[in-house]
Amino acid sequence: MIPKELSTNTTNTWCPGCGNFAILNAAKSVLAALSNEGYSLSDTVLVSGIGCHAKIVDYINVNSFYSIHGRATPAAEGIKIGNPELTVVGFAGDGDAYGEGLEHLLFAAKRNINITMIIHDNRVYGLTTGQYTPTSPLGYKGRSTPKGSAELPFNPIELMLAGGATYVARGYSHGLELLKKLFREAILHKGFSVIDVLQVCATYFNEYDYYTERVYELKDHDATDYEAAWRRAGEWDYNGDAPIALGLIYRKAAPCFDASFKKTGGKTPDRTEAINRFLSDNK
Amino acid sequence: MNEFSILIGGRAGDGIDKAGLVIAYMLNRLGYYLYIYHDYPSIIRGGHTFSIIRASEEKVFTHADSVDVILAINKETVELHLKRLKPVSVIVYEPKTIGDALTSLRPDQKALAVPVATIIKEEDAPPVTGNSVMIGALAKVLGIKWLVLEEVFRRKLPKATDKNLNVARRGYDQAETCFHTNDLDQDGLPLLTGNEALGLGLVKGGINTYIAYPMTPTSNVLHFMAANADNFGLKVIHPESEIGVILMALGCAYTGEHVAVGTSGGGFCLMTEGFSLSAMAELPIVVVLGQRPGPSTGLPTYSSQTELHFALNAGQGEFTRFVVAPGDSEESYLWAQRALAAAAKYRIPVIILVDKNVCEGVCSFDASSLDAVAVPELPVPEGKITFKINSYEHDENGITTEDPGITKAMQDKRLAKTKELAEELDGYNQVGVYGNRKSPTAILCWGSNKGVCVEAARSLDLKVIQPIVMSPFPLKQFKKAMTGVEKLIAVENNATGQMAKLITEHGFNADRSLLKYDGRPFSVDELESKLTTIAKGHNP
Repeated sequence: MIPKELSTNTTNTWCPGCGNFAILNAAKSVLAALSNEGYSLSDTVLVSGIGCHAKIVDYINVNSFYSIHGRATPAAEGIKIGNPELTVVGFAGDGDAYGEGLEHLLFAAKRNINITMIIHDNRVYGLTTGQYTPTSPLGYKGRSTPKGSAELPFNPIELMLAGGATYVARGYSHGLELLKKLFREAILHKGFSVIDVLQVCATYFNEYDYYTERVYELKDHDATDYEAAWRRAGEWDYNGDAPIALGLIYRKAAPCFDASFKKTGGKTPDRTEAINRFLSDNK
Repeated sequence: MNEFSILIGGRAGDGIDKAGLVIAYMLNRLGYYLYIYHDYPSIIRGGHTFSIIRASEEKVFTHADSVDVILAINKETVELHLKRLKPVSVIVYEPKTIGDALTSLRPDQKALAVPVATIIKEEDAPPVTGNSVMIGALAKVLGIKWLVLEEVFRRKLPKATDKNLNVARRGYDQAETCFHTNDLDQDGLPLLTGNEALGLGLVKGGINTYIAYPMTPTSNVLHFMAANADNFGLKVIHPESEIGVILMALGCAYTGEHVAVGTSGGGFCLMTEGFSLSAMAELPIVVVLGQRPGPSTGLPTYSSQTELHFALNAGQGEFTRFVVAPGDSEESYLWAQRALAAAAKYRIPVIILVDKNVCEGVCSFDASSLDAVAVPELPVPEGKITFKINSYEHDENGITTEDPGITKAMQDKRLAKTKELAEELDGYNQVGVYGNRKSPTAILCWGSNKGVCVEAARSLDLKVIQPIVMSPFPLKQFKKAMTGVEKLIAVENNATGQMAKLITEHGFNADRSLLKYDGRPFSVDELESKLTTIAKGHNP
C-alpha cells in the first residue's frame, strides 16, 4: 500500500500553506507503512474533534469517529474500552484538546489508556476565524481579544507530564520525517501517547519564521529520565524567546487502563443464572 | 394484620437504612409483600433519617403516612413522627433519650420502653447494634417467632451476627406482643431497589458496558453494576465527568457495544451535546435519567417529576428519541431491556426517565409475568468496510457534507425512525390502565406515582391512566384509555403539571391537577384524602 491509496474523494478545504497538510501526509504515510508491515487498518480507528484539524478524518479512508468540539479524547477512549484490540489514533486542535477538552486529555493521561492523541497546535482558532487559544502567547490580538490576550499560555508538554502521559513528544509541521517517526512511535507505544505538533496557521497566525529560527531536534536526551524531561519541557514556555526542542521528550513503560478489559461479545452465557442468583440472595 | 407499617428513625449514619431492610426481610420471610420508603438528608452523618416499611398480604407499591409501630431510638424520631401513629398502635422507645416526649399518647397507643443503651453496654456490643435491639423488640410486638428473626439475622447480618442476636434477644424479651402477624406460608419475593431492578434489566437486555458519574438518585445503579460486573460479564467505568461519560459511551457504541449511562438532571445537562451527537452519528445510547427536585442542585436526595419536558427536548436539533418512564421496579426491568433493544435497532438515543422513588424505593420484585425481549446485534467496524461516523451532516459514507439535497434526505432518514419505532412500540402495553375501567373519573399519572395512584383508585373506585412511553407519544393507546372518561385528574410531583401539558399537545386536557412539589412523594393515605375531595366535587 502507498499513502495515496488512503485518500478519499473528498475535496480538501484547508488553506494553502496550512500546517495540517504535513500532519495528514505523515499520518497517511505511517498508516500505509504499518499496513504493509501487517497491521490491519480495518482494526484502526481515527478520531477527531471539531476545528480545521478535524477534517483530517474526511481525508483518510480509514474507520473514523468525527466527534464534537473538545471531545475527541473521550470518544477515542470509549472506542478503546469497547474493543481493546483496536488501534485508536485521535486528532485534536489546541482549542479543542487544551481548551474545551482539557479535562478529558488530562484524564486520559492519568489513566494511561493505550491511545494516541496528535494535537494540531496552531495556537489560534482557525475555523472560527482567529481567536486566541490556550497556547496563544500573552498579548495575542485576536477577534475576541482585540487589545491583546491578558493570559499566559499553557505549556501542554508540562501539562501532559504532570497528567501522567507515558509518551510525550513535540513535532513541527515543517519537519515531515520527524513527524512520521513520532507518529509511528506513538502509535506503537503501549500507553497514552501525546504529540504536540506546532502547526502553522497560514491565515491567522503564521509563525513559520518564529519557529524556524528557534526549533532544534533533541539529541543526547534521555527520554526515560523524568527530571530531564521536565527540564526540556520548561525550556520554552510557549510565550518567551527560547530554543524549542522537537522530538521525544518523555517515555515510560506503565500499565494501561484498557489492559484489564476484553472485547465482550453480547450476552455472556451465564447471565440468566447470575440474575437468578442475585434475586434469590435478596429474598 | 393484613396490612401494616413500621417506622424506624434515627440519625444519618446510624444504619437506619440497613435496619429497615432487615425488618423487611423478616416480614418477607413470612410471605408479605413489602415496600420501603427511605427518607434521608444529603449529608453523611447527623441529621434525621427514617424508613417506613409497609407490609401487606397484597402487593403494595408505595408507603403510607400512618404507621402501626414506631421504633424510636432518639427524641427527634418521636417529635417528628409521633403524629403518624394510628389510633391503635405501639411506640418502642429508648427511655434514656426520650424522657417525657411521649406524654401526648392516646389510650390505645402503647408505649414500650426498651433501654437500648443499657442493653448494648451490658452486652458489650457496638452502638450500631442498638437497631438490632429495636428489631428484637419489634419481632415480639408483632408476635413473630424468635426463630424467624434468628434465621434472617444469620443470613442478612453476616458480621458480628452473635452480638446482634444477643442484643436483639434482650429487646425481644423486654417487649410484649401487641399484634398478631400471620405466617402467610408462602415464599417471599426478592426485595430490590428500583435501581437494582433497572440494572438487572440492562444486564438481561445484553448491556456490555455501563458508564456513569455518581449522582443521586442513580448512583446505586453504578454501585450495583460495579459490584456485580464480574458476575454479569460487563465493564463498568466511572470517568471524569458526565461529558466524559456520554462520549466514552458513544465510543463504545461505535465498536458495536450495547451501552447505558446513568445520571440525574444536572449531569444530563452536561450530557446533552453527546445526546444530540448520538442522534446525528446514529450511535445507540441508553440514558438512565433519575429526576430529583431542582432547579440546580435542588434537593439531591428527594424526589420529583420535573424533567419530563427536559427529557423530551434535550439536545440541539430535531431527532427521534425514545423516552420511557417506568412506574415501578418491574416496569424498570422490562423497559430497560426494550430500551437497549430499541436503541440498537433504530440507532437512536433512549432515555429511561425515573425518579428517587422508583430508583431507591425497595419493593417485592415479581418478574414472573414479564416477557423477555430480543436485542438485535449491532454492526461492528471490521472486515473491509470502512465505518465512518460524523457529528456533521454527512453523506451515506460518513463524509461531511453541506449539500442541501443530502442534508434534507439525511434529516428525513433520521426522523423516519419515529414512525417505525412508534409502530413497533404499539405492540407493547404503553399506557397502563388500572382500577375501575368504567369510572367516568380517572387519575392521570406517570412514573413513580403509578403505585400510589393504583392503590388510591382501588379504595376510591376510580380509573387510573398511566402513560409509560412518553416519546413517541402512544396516541392510539392513550385515546383508547380515555374512552368514557369525563373527568381527568392529573397527579404529579411537580409544580407546573408536565404530563398535563404533554397531553394537551395531543388534544387532551386534564380537568384538575393535584401537584405536590415539596420533594416528598404522595403517601397512599394522603392521596386518598386529597382525591376524595376532588373526585366528589361536582364542579371541577
